[in-house]
Amino acid sequence: MSVARRNLLLFLGVAGLIVLTGFTQSWNAALTIVNMGLISAVMALGVNIQWGYAGLYNVGTMGFVALGGLATALVALQPVSGAWQAGGLRIVTALLFGAAVIVVAAQLYKRMPKGLPRFAALAVVLVGGFFAYRWILDPAAAGVEAINPALQGNLGGLGLPVLLSWPAGALLAAGAGWLIGKTALGLRSDYLAIATLGIAEIVIAVMKNEDWLDRGVKNIVDIPRPVPFEVDLQASEAFLSFASNIGANPVAASAVVVKLLYAGLFLAVLLALIWLSEAALHSPWGRMMRAIRDNEVAAAAMGKDVTRRHLQIFVLGCAVLGISGAMLSTMEGQLTPGAYQPLRFTFLIWVMVVVGGSGSNLGSVLGGFLIWYLWVQVEPWGNGLMALATSGMADGSPLKHHLMESAAHMRLLVMGVILIAVLRFRPQGLIPGK
Amino acid sequence: MTGPLLVGEAMVGGYGGADILKGCTIAVDKGEIAVIVGPNGAGKSTAMKAIFGMLALREGSVKLGGEDITRLRPEERVAKGMAFVPQTENVFASMTVEENLEMGAFLRRDDFRPTMEQVYELFPILREKRLQPAGELSGGQRQQVAVGRALMTQPSVILLDEPTAGVSPIVMDELFDRIIDVARSGVTVLMVEQNARQALEIADRGYVLVQGANRFTGAGSELLANPEVRSTFLGG
Amino acid sequence: MDVLNALVAFLNFVILPAATYGSQLALGALGATLVYGILRFSNFAHGDTMAFGTMATIIATWGLQAMGVSIAPLPTALLALPVGVLATALVVLATDRLVYRPYRTRKTPSITLVMTSLGVMFVMGGLVRVFIGVDDRQFADGERFIFTAAQFREWTGLTETMALRTTQVITLVATIVAVAWLNWFLKRTRTGKSMRAFSDNENLALLSGINPERVVTIVWILSAALATLAGVLYGLDKSFRPITYFQLLLPVFAAAVVGGLGNPLGAVAGGFVVAFSEVVVTYSFRKVATYLLPADWQPEGLLQLLTTDYKVAVSFTVLVLVLLFRPTGIFRGKAA
Repeated sequence: MSVARRNLLLFLGVAGLIVLTGFTQSWNAALTIVNMGLISAVMALGVNIQWGYAGLYNVGTMGFVALGGLATALVALQPVSGAWQAGGLRIVTALLFGAAVIVVAAQLYKRMPKGLPRFAALAVVLVGGFFAYRWILDPAAAGVEAINPALQGNLGGLGLPVLLSWPAGALLAAGAGWLIGKTALGLRSDYLAIATLGIAEIVIAVMKNEDWLDRGVKNIVDIPRPVPFEVDLQASEAFLSFASNIGANPVAASAVVVKLLYAGLFLAVLLALIWLSEAALHSPWGRMMRAIRDNEVAAAAMGKDVTRRHLQIFVLGCAVLGISGAMLSTMEGQLTPGAYQPLRFTFLIWVMVVVGGSGSNLGSVLGGFLIWYLWVQVEPWGNGLMALATSGMADGSPLKHHLMESAAHMRLLVMGVILIAVLRFRPQGLIPGK
Repeated sequence: MTGPLLVGEAMVGGYGGADILKGCTIAVDKGEIAVIVGPNGAGKSTAMKAIFGMLALREGSVKLGGEDITRLRPEERVAKGMAFVPQTENVFASMTVEENLEMGAFLRRDDFRPTMEQVYELFPILREKRLQPAGELSGGQRQQVAVGRALMTQPSVILLDEPTAGVSPIVMDELFDRIIDVARSGVTVLMVEQNARQALEIADRGYVLVQGANRFTGAGSELLANPEVRSTFLGG
Repeated sequence: MDVLNALVAFLNFVILPAATYGSQLALGALGATLVYGILRFSNFAHGDTMAFGTMATIIATWGLQAMGVSIAPLPTALLALPVGVLATALVVLATDRLVYRPYRTRKTPSITLVMTSLGVMFVMGGLVRVFIGVDDRQFADGERFIFTAAQFREWTGLTETMALRTTQVITLVATIVAVAWLNWFLKRTRTGKSMRAFSDNENLALLSGINPERVVTIVWILSAALATLAGVLYGLDKSFRPITYFQLLLPVFAAAVVGGLGNPLGAVAGGFVVAFSEVVVTYSFRKVATYLLPADWQPEGLLQLLTTDYKVAVSFTVLVLVLLFRPTGIFRGKAA
């Protein structure tokens, strides 16, 4: 069968699975899977841009996704009254100062010859700069955090429409990606993997601790929505009559409609990104990228600036990851730095990309949906399986209890086995790339 | 035993694609120093690697002491008394000279200290630098470690792949002197060399390979005197 | 100027905890660096291997405790340790046979092995949670303190006090013994030397007749033993929770990279560098400063470089800095 036909069947298969969930569990659950699947597809797309186009192993996707979420908070929240006056300007000064210190240090590193004077100069600049930075920042941060700490204690945001935070998230993540790429892309692949893993943790640590920025672990729970609230729908006359016309329970219907609205938004973004990626892939730029990926040495010999191209790709991939993070926070309406775990936001995405098909945009989308579906469903399946397996045991027996609990961890096992098996037996994934 | 100690006969083969060796024969008698020379790309190193078993021959055979070893893997040929010194990365750079020699004797179960003594006799500088990491030694000294390591199995024949590559002329002379000492100690030597003239000077037998086949064969001195060989390869 | 009090405070809150944590990281990093040196890939499953080993030891400890076995004042877990090591070694060897060995017959880029080790990480993490759950487990028994803070104060009469926990001493002693043994093994035994040779120059090692599968088997066993030991010591000292051990992956790798991947001595040094950085950068020096500075220079703030929340970020920062500026590490392991 032709490739296109097979791809279509694969997508229909996954769609079928989701529809099945709709029937056996609930449409609400199925739509939740669809929405998270859409977001995961975008994440996988971002990783695939970096890996499939340029062979770059970014194992720090968690950080860029988190930055997208941060952008949502910073763009869409209303500014906290009094916070800016309490220290906003001074905080910005501190940040700019910190950036300047790093720039100065980088210049020193580049321009001075190796040896003790350079080391001493760097030490003075960095250590002195750090203390100065803290001296500027700390009182300002404390001032901001003192404003209504129970509910706010942060600077707030720009008060702009939340949908604007999606491109903002892309920009923020891209900016971070540029900085990180400029410094780290020279590393060999497994070192780049370790470095990006570490950088992501640093990003999350900052987000968890700088309360003036995003309330840290107190979380932001009131991010505005681009779609109506379910309760508002239930209160609206128009909606109630619509619901009774189709014979649906208004509460359930409102949940479904809200999810469908999100799905529409996400789908639009995903389609746009796919279209852009495919267009880029088939453009002269894309062909050059693939040439570089397939034979870096030859490409460099032909005068292609490999480093710059790699940086471009890295930044683009990070931008896509940022959009996905913004979409996620928008849908959840919250920013929870503690929820950004590497297992869920880095390693799982890699499973998606590997299984879906490396180097293939369609493959990543498929992988996003399929692996997310499995990730969510393995738990109820596991529970069901365990219930069946332990049906012979007495209720309340500690072994039965333990086994039932362990069903939740089945999904770790399943994901691990899938990743190992795909890497070994079908490393090109379900939809191989070019 | 009559006949050559080691012979690679009518060898045809390559690295998987086109054949590099097109039916060449290399033979070494016991106690001899045999040298393979020729232009770049002639297949010199390939012929040696084929004799050692690092590539499979499509046609032809390799015999050691009359025994057909064509099917044996390199490690097995080592057990039969062959030793091979690669051109590059031929020492354990992070390990001491003495540890390198110990690793050379890895397959031996008996007391190899007398052999180590012999190696130190042959290469006195190694005794001096016994406890230094091999990677810290100069190029020529490293080559001596490499050869010493290979000698620890008490081989009957030692294969050297361009032993003087990249060393200065003085060091090269010294290395060739050492190689003569090795041969005098009873080990047969088969060597691939880029420095054709100096190599042929110490060779009992020489093979000039061109495009994977024998072009000239004879005693070292004969080849040196041969006007064709001189003009083509030895710069007149 | 009260040097003694300052010294005691520094010992109690900085030196002792950092040395203990550093030893645990050193052991973990040793296991990771040995695998990198021989098998030439970064084993991302190492943190969860530590968890697996600790879990197996905990279960064996429960068994021993149930049978009434005790080696008080030492924790029973030390007796159970061989069981934990054995179980982990078996699992790790099985993983090698099933998952990694097929890759050795052909040339595989190390990044593929790293990705595969991610899968192994998932599987091991899942197994640990299935067998022992996700909750926090305390499994140290026996005498808790060699001497308590109160006792110390009695002996010395100082205001500042320090306590010495049994687990801290056990950690330090075990680490010294393990490192010394490993050093002897690698430097003085034929097998150990053959492993160093294999790590140094694989082709030449094969030429010398060194059996690759044997070397690989031994390295996995050593790695499992070191991971289990590190995990158990960490768990005795603090507590066992699967997610914590997964999070230890990064400080452990930071230690290995800082010291030079593939270099055992480097791993040990790296462990202490990372541990001390974490503790020193997040320690509040106010107390020590108060003792050392004259009366009118008393500090106002906490004198803390970064809050303790940033502990986690410190080791990662150290790692990233080393990767950027000196990728071969302090002792020059394999180049980046």
